[in-house]
Amino acid sequence: MSESNRAKQSPLISEAASERTQYPYVTGTSVVALKYKDGILMASDMGGSYGSTLRYKSVERIKPIGKHSLLGASGEISDFQEILRFLDELILYDNMWDDGNSLGPKEVHNYLTRVMYNRRNKFDPLWNSLILGGVKNGQKYLGMVSMIGVNFEDNHVATGFGNHLARPILRDEWHENLSFEDGVKLLEKCMRVLLYRDRSAVNKFQVAKITEEGVTISQPYSLKTFWGFSSFQNPTVGAEGSW
Amino acid sequence: MTKQQANWSPYDNNGGSCVAIAGADYCVVAADTRMSTGYNILTRDYSKICKLADKAVMASSGFQADVKALQKLLAARHLIYQHQHNKQMSCPAMAQLLSNTLYYKRFFPYYSFNVLGGLDNEGKGCVFTYDAVGSYERVGYSSQGSGSTLIMPFLDNQLKSPSPLLLPAQDAVTPLSEAEAVDLVKTVFASATERDIYTGDKLEIVVLNADGIRREYMELRKD
Repeated sequence: MSESNRAKQSPLISEAASERTQYPYVTGTSVVALKYKDGILMASDMGGSYGSTLRYKSVERIKPIGKHSLLGASGEISDFQEILRFLDELILYDNMWDDGNSLGPKEVHNYLTRVMYNRRNKFDPLWNSLILGGVKNGQKYLGMVSMIGVNFEDNHVATGFGNHLARPILRDEWHENLSFEDGVKLLEKCMRVLLYRDRSAVNKFQVAKITEEGVTISQPYSLKTFWGFSSFQNPTVGAEGSW
Repeated sequence: MTKQQANWSPYDNNGGSCVAIAGADYCVVAADTRMSTGYNILTRDYSKICKLADKAVMASSGFQADVKALQKLLAARHLIYQHQHNKQMSCPAMAQLLSNTLYYKRFFPYYSFNVLGGLDNEGKGCVFTYDAVGSYERVGYSSQGSGSTLIMPFLDNQLKSPSPLLLPAQDAVTPLSEAEAVDLVKTVFASATERDIYTGDKLEIVVLNADGIRREYMELRKD
């Protein structure tokens, strides 16, 4: 038997022996989040895409974690739901110590960075970009983790298309003392741009808020749109092209 | 169904440049604070410099998640060392540990490009420069990361270190004063930022000398 034939029969290499997500099935698009005066604001739409098919229209992609954190996810929805199970267990086991301590956003974010990096080391990644925001002991926290474990904190973050379309707006307009109203307005401005330019975005959003007092996630709502811009009506006018 | 998604890669290059310069009684370690992926800037304020021991500071660019894992591992190993020996690890010892740690993952490497700067047991500045799989060398100055191709020849030109082939071996430390070295570092980063899209935003400079560790920052171009 040749060396290559033996390699093919090895259970370590066979495809069926271990199931690994090599590509995503149902995915969510961008999440955008920012720090404001009293805490963190996060926004995402509720679409769940199956390739380019809009398969689900009411997916909640922002969830509260423990008492002090808010998790937003883009990417594979099933992997996100598995992460929620991991976190539920983590919070539950931590709670069973009954010592009055609780995991804050920093701890949850750090846990997520290790889970994501560990799974990429196993060549079995969780296909998500995650945003974790929260407030504990008066400290605001906002961070991100990618599918392969790249992680950082910032005053405003966005996943996927949000990196291209929302963050330049946030860099222009974000400041430390944003009021709740101005924060929501800024997020809605970002989400509207994403809705216009990201084909997998849908006009059904949730905005979530976390402060020292706790989490509030809004009911789904739509943004007012205007598709009558002349560049939308006739996008190629003035762009002659070379042929 | 045709495949729509690009196959994933376990690696990413998050860019950034690192420089270290050793002098007779000091060491300067510097890196920018930009973190990128492709043409995106992820954040403008991410420190690539990690204090591993009182007299050993590492600057790393490459894949952020690997760099973070490497830093955590070295911190844990250094904690064990302190418990066993009741002292801080020396810079040359940390240099060997870093090399072994990198080579341990020879066949699934940490995608990290490091320079280690510090003071040796005589209090002299030392710089160790690495590749991703652990080859290392003690030098007088070095640069790693996305801007290294722009920075390294400039340092060669300005610092003219004696050839390592000379016998008897010549001292590799630079003849500059501490203030001159800090100035040089600021100059090379200002220049690298002009041409390297992965370098910019802010420069973090760490200076080690007999007095301890000092940190300085300088703004860089943000475009």
